[in-house]
Amino acid sequence: MAWVNAIIQGVLTGGLYALFACGLSLLFGVMKVINLAHGDLAVVGAYIAIGVIAVTHIPAVWSFVIVVPIMAVLGYALQRTLIQAALNRSELTTLLVTFGLSVVIENALLQFWSANSHSIGAGSSLVTGSWQISSQIQIAYLLVIVFVLAVVVLLGLQYFLSGSKYGRLIRAVADDPEAAQLSGADYRHVFGVAAAIAFGTVALGGIAYGAYSQFAPTTGTDTILLFAFAAVVIGGIGSLWGTLVGGIVLGVAQQIGAQINISDELLAGFIVFLVVLVVRPQGLVSRGSAA
Amino acid sequence: MSSLTDTTARSAETGAIRVTRSRRNVAWTGIVALVVVVVLAMFPYIVYSGTTTLLTQAFIVLVMASMWNLLAGYAGLVSVGQQGFVGLGAYGVLICSIHGISPFLATPIAAIAAGVLAVPLWWLVSRLRTGYFAIATWVLATVIMLVIEKFNSIGGGTGMPLGSIAGFDPTLLTADTYWSALAVTVVALGGVYLVLRSRLGLTLTAIRDNEVAARSSGVRVGMARMLVFIIAAIGTGAAGAVLAIDQLQVQPSGVFDVGWTAKMAFAVIIGGLGTIEGPIIGTAVYMILQQTLQSYNAWYLIILGLVAMGIALFARRGLWGLVDDRFNLRLFPVGYYLWAPGETRRGRFGRPGRPGRPGRTGRTGRTGRKPAEPETPAPGDPSTPASRE
Repeated sequence: MAWVNAIIQGVLTGGLYALFACGLSLLFGVMKVINLAHGDLAVVGAYIAIGVIAVTHIPAVWSFVIVVPIMAVLGYALQRTLIQAALNRSELTTLLVTFGLSVVIENALLQFWSANSHSIGAGSSLVTGSWQISSQIQIAYLLVIVFVLAVVVLLGLQYFLSGSKYGRLIRAVADDPEAAQLSGADYRHVFGVAAAIAFGTVALGGIAYGAYSQFAPTTGTDTILLFAFAAVVIGGIGSLWGTLVGGIVLGVAQQIGAQINISDELLAGFIVFLVVLVVRPQGLVSRGSAA
Repeated sequence: MSSLTDTTARSAETGAIRVTRSRRNVAWTGIVALVVVVVLAMFPYIVYSGTTTLLTQAFIVLVMASMWNLLAGYAGLVSVGQQGFVGLGAYGVLICSIHGISPFLATPIAAIAAGVLAVPLWWLVSRLRTGYFAIATWVLATVIMLVIEKFNSIGGGTGMPLGSIAGFDPTLLTADTYWSALAVTVVALGGVYLVLRSRLGLTLTAIRDNEVAARSSGVRVGMARMLVFIIAAIGTGAAGAVLAIDQLQVQPSGVFDVGWTAKMAFAVIIGGLGTIEGPIIGTAVYMILQQTLQSYNAWYLIILGLVAMGIALFARRGLWGLVDDRFNLRLFPVGYYLWAPGETRRGRFGRPGRPGRPGRTGRTGRTGRKPAEPETPAPGDPSTPASRE
């Protein structure tokens, strides 16, 4: 029964990891950018949520209504200025600049908010409550909400990119920015919109993580970025479906690892990542529906 | 040092073409380097131990930065997991120390062990490019740390002090640590210099300037990258070994901190990516900022990061690039310079023609430096994307 529990918990936390990975996958798919500041931006989202909750006193769960637009605007602005400037130069510059951004954000958070951990919505029953299925299986409301959210976001985004008119425009720009420019699309604006969407999902991931667990300025790099990346690689680069599968595989691997030995949780997840990297570098879900 | 490997002219039409290692006579830099090393080696006798301790830290960062420069500046491999090799080097010293080997003897052993372990690690990440390579190396560093933390005999998750160092006299220990740091630095910088002058260096320069062209000319890009990854692992491992001696203990969260990669990357970017001189200047800037701002906690990393981002965007060749543009100076001549017919050092000082072009009619001044690098296209270059923001 403990194993069944581990798998259930793994699948549900996998939803959280898929949510982290969504923005990373989208930015790579559209702009061919690996945003090394991804995790730190999620943590920024979580800190903004704390600020918003403190100021407006809205329920923690609804903080995303304010935080997601803020992060989306930030994403658009960052894309139009810093990231686009780096993209114009080279891929190497983009990496160096996003890495610099990551270190700057992390240390700025340390400087202004200290290294203390925070969490979001500890008082809310929606965040802390759970269903007692049996003596050993307990399912937290929060994890179910996050899992459903991840599925809705990833599938919604998949549908948006493949079905809607603007999604097709984003894919056209992703394929060939200059050809799209010739056909009348301002590729920089489209990149900005894609970044805004990606940052919106990053904010959701940050808030979900903040409610799920405690976070500190270093959480962005040592947890969120690496888990998001592992989920993207396990699932298959460039497929949003794959990202969901990758997140779930990572979550299950971690929970099974924790079941074997409580200190092996992280290691088990990363070992699955390395095995996939060696045995099936194209990912479990191979490139079917590219973002 | 200005090896006059003159080659004969291809045709009578263009006259005699000479190829040298450097545009100016740099024999004096060899002598200066020797003097600098000798003076630095005498420092424990002539300066306070505070200075040598500070220099030890600077040497550690300098070695790491030089290795990261080899990876990112030449092989195009942006690794964010070099702290994995820092940790391996440090743990190499710790394990040797547990077995009663002197930490100073352990430093080369630890460095070579890091290099050996780099081979399977390279195999894991070799097919990844750019950003994926960056994060995959980061994951690898984390995995190495998680695996090491499982062994309680070497301190588990909390680390342990270096036992073999207990009997040392503190003054002597500071001096010995300084000398080992200096030795590692001299070997590392000398090694990088020799590597870049070798055939591998030529390959790396070709990859740096244009990977596709290099590949299609039969350059074995994959092999060169693997060698650089291993060399960087050895160098970074040696720096990690000195770090362990300097700190007298090894803590997993300290040695496997991604902050090490941040420091080496910032030093390289600020000093100048893809030059030997860059990391030296960058390390100096790093140490100055760190020392001036040390009472303001994390501020020095924030400022370093912002400066590095600015330089990556607006002065891609870093501070050394600015010096080079102004004075045409290269302290470590690793490239080749093609002299136009009739061109002399004296006559064209500071205003060299483009290699292979008749100097006097060609473009002169600031753009007339080495063969054009693709990362910094000249204004109006048709291959440049239409706009720059």
